[in-house]
Amino acid sequence: MQKFDKLTGVAAPLAMINVDTDMIIPKQHLKTIKRTGLGKALFDEMRYEADGSEKPDFVLNQPAYRKAQILVAGANFGCGSSREHAPWALLDFGIRCILAPSFADIFHNNCFKNGILPIPLPQETIDKLMDDARKGANAQLTIDLETQEIVRPDGEVIKFRIDDFRRHCLLNGLDDIGLTMQKGGDVDSYEARQKTAQPWLAMAQD
Amino acid sequence: MTKPRTLFDKIWAAHLVHTQEDGTCLIYIDRHLVHEVTSPQAFEGLRVSGRKVRRPDLTIAVADHNVPTTDRSKGIADPESRTQIETLEQNVRDFGVPYYAMDDVRQGIVHIIGPEQGMTLPGMTIVCGDSHTSTHGAFGALAFGIGTSEVEHVLATQTLIQKPAKNMRITVDGDLPPGVTAKDIVLAIIGRIGTAGGTGHVIEYAGSAIRSLSMEGRMTVCNMSIEAGARAGLIAPDETTYAYAKGRPHAPKAGQWEAALAYWRSLPSDPGAVYDKEIVIDAATLVPHVTWGTSPQDVAPVTGHVPDPAREADPARRSALERALAYMGLTPGTKLTDVRIDKVFIGSCTNGRIEDLRAAAGIARGRKVAGHVQALVVPGSGLVKEQAEREGLDRIFLDAGFEWREPGCSMCLAMNADRLEPGERCGSTSNRNFEGRQGRGGRTHLMSPEMAAASAIAGTIADPRAA
Repeated sequence: MQKFDKLTGVAAPLAMINVDTDMIIPKQHLKTIKRTGLGKALFDEMRYEADGSEKPDFVLNQPAYRKAQILVAGANFGCGSSREHAPWALLDFGIRCILAPSFADIFHNNCFKNGILPIPLPQETIDKLMDDARKGANAQLTIDLETQEIVRPDGEVIKFRIDDFRRHCLLNGLDDIGLTMQKGGDVDSYEARQKTAQPWLAMAQD
Repeated sequence: MTKPRTLFDKIWAAHLVHTQEDGTCLIYIDRHLVHEVTSPQAFEGLRVSGRKVRRPDLTIAVADHNVPTTDRSKGIADPESRTQIETLEQNVRDFGVPYYAMDDVRQGIVHIIGPEQGMTLPGMTIVCGDSHTSTHGAFGALAFGIGTSEVEHVLATQTLIQKPAKNMRITVDGDLPPGVTAKDIVLAIIGRIGTAGGTGHVIEYAGSAIRSLSMEGRMTVCNMSIEAGARAGLIAPDETTYAYAKGRPHAPKAGQWEAALAYWRSLPSDPGAVYDKEIVIDAATLVPHVTWGTSPQDVAPVTGHVPDPAREADPARRSALERALAYMGLTPGTKLTDVRIDKVFIGSCTNGRIEDLRAAAGIARGRKVAGHVQALVVPGSGLVKEQAEREGLDRIFLDAGFEWREPGCSMCLAMNADRLEPGERCGSTSNRNFEGRQGRGGRTHLMSPEMAAASAIAGTIADPRAA
């Protein structure tokens, strides 16, 4: 996994609540068997006309935001399905950090597995950052995960807080599976206990 | 005297493998359901790292999202859909995972076949790379959707890294009025608490109206917990649960059944258990519900009208409403039963079980689908389809002008050939009415199977109580 420590970049404003994963990446793009290459399909139906041409009004089609690395959005971002294609598409486009008042649980979780930092912040703070983002390429934000600070274009510092373990994994780009494999002994003994206590959990095979 | 615990607390504690100092837990997973859309990258990850599936015996794979619901002997026309299913078939062979092939009568929507085969049992942890895994919570199992990275984690280790959720209880007490279904209960709940109302929580559904539901009704309610933002839904196991599970192919056999039952009876929340959030709903006040917008919380009684965004005080909410109505092509104040529909979809992991089909057939019997409406009935599994045909439900539907299809996810998310065209309006028993969900530009109204059948016949959204 790509690590995340510090990022300075353009933030794109997406002032919508309940941005769902069908919006982020519609189902016709879920037929891939790869993780990569989904950036061009990000926000497909909001970003392109039916004939494939760009909708000029959509934020990521505007010159200032074509290389945005940060997204500022409304509450309950990422609601809906569990598709990890949503963070894969964001990452492939170049988005590494999402700022919103709240996130849906599965999406939030999926971001951390892909080196994307989702930061929940109070609505008033998001409103300020949304104003910054509307200024386009002239107003970059800095996100520092080490110090857990956001620096606004005017220099104001906003503190945030990320779960310690998740922060550690993201800062170091750690792979969960490798970490869990080191606890193989604990899993073995759990399985042995369960086999005695709840033998019916072993699934009879046909 | 130990602190009273909730059903969730008990299942969580029973699955702890390891707890870190910061409270991050490693929990054991009893069942892992796998489908073709969210698994290819996970198997590929195993292959790249030289890892095996730790417990293929606790894993079951099935193709459901991409499968055609028309004649399958012709294969799959769409090359990408075909590749995804062939990839799953190759992966289950390479990694030794049990699989129900497309021509197996047990094939169906992953959340229908788990319970049907007795793989879903009380007290378990169950995961799947699919948010509607919450369905299995109807059995008092902790069941939730995960992303593909976590699918790979479970395949490799049979565990997940998680932090405990908060407890929320929604009590629905009293008698449901005639014509009000499990779908109406859950739509009303989502309308009340919103699509982020359950974020960070596991919702336990309680109360006499929930207890009086069949297992299938309970599955409908738990299925849409994710539309309320919850990590999972739960209903305490009881005699209804045990009667449903007994005798199913993978349920505990004689000799183990009594021990399992004794354990299951210890699971319901203790009296005095504390919840972080409580909601109480009077069942007697519920009516048939239908959505009018592009979020499952955009819901109203079928007797209601399209709302007016101008009356919404919150600006973010107002702009969401305006966008929703523009997308849906609806005018504020329109009576919902005056909204004309083009298609009807009866099926999905929300409402694709035998009782759903019986309920819809009960309305369709002896009537005709309106001339301008195309209506699809898609059973949730091969076994549901067989059962329906034994009962003659297929004849009732066909005689009324409905199409009778092969099992799968179908038009719930339109990954196969079943979809809406731009601007088409659909009465659907599925779970999401997001923009583009059933096809680019398609307009979805979520409703019960009864209402979907009544609407197919009326040609507009219709109150099933009047049918």
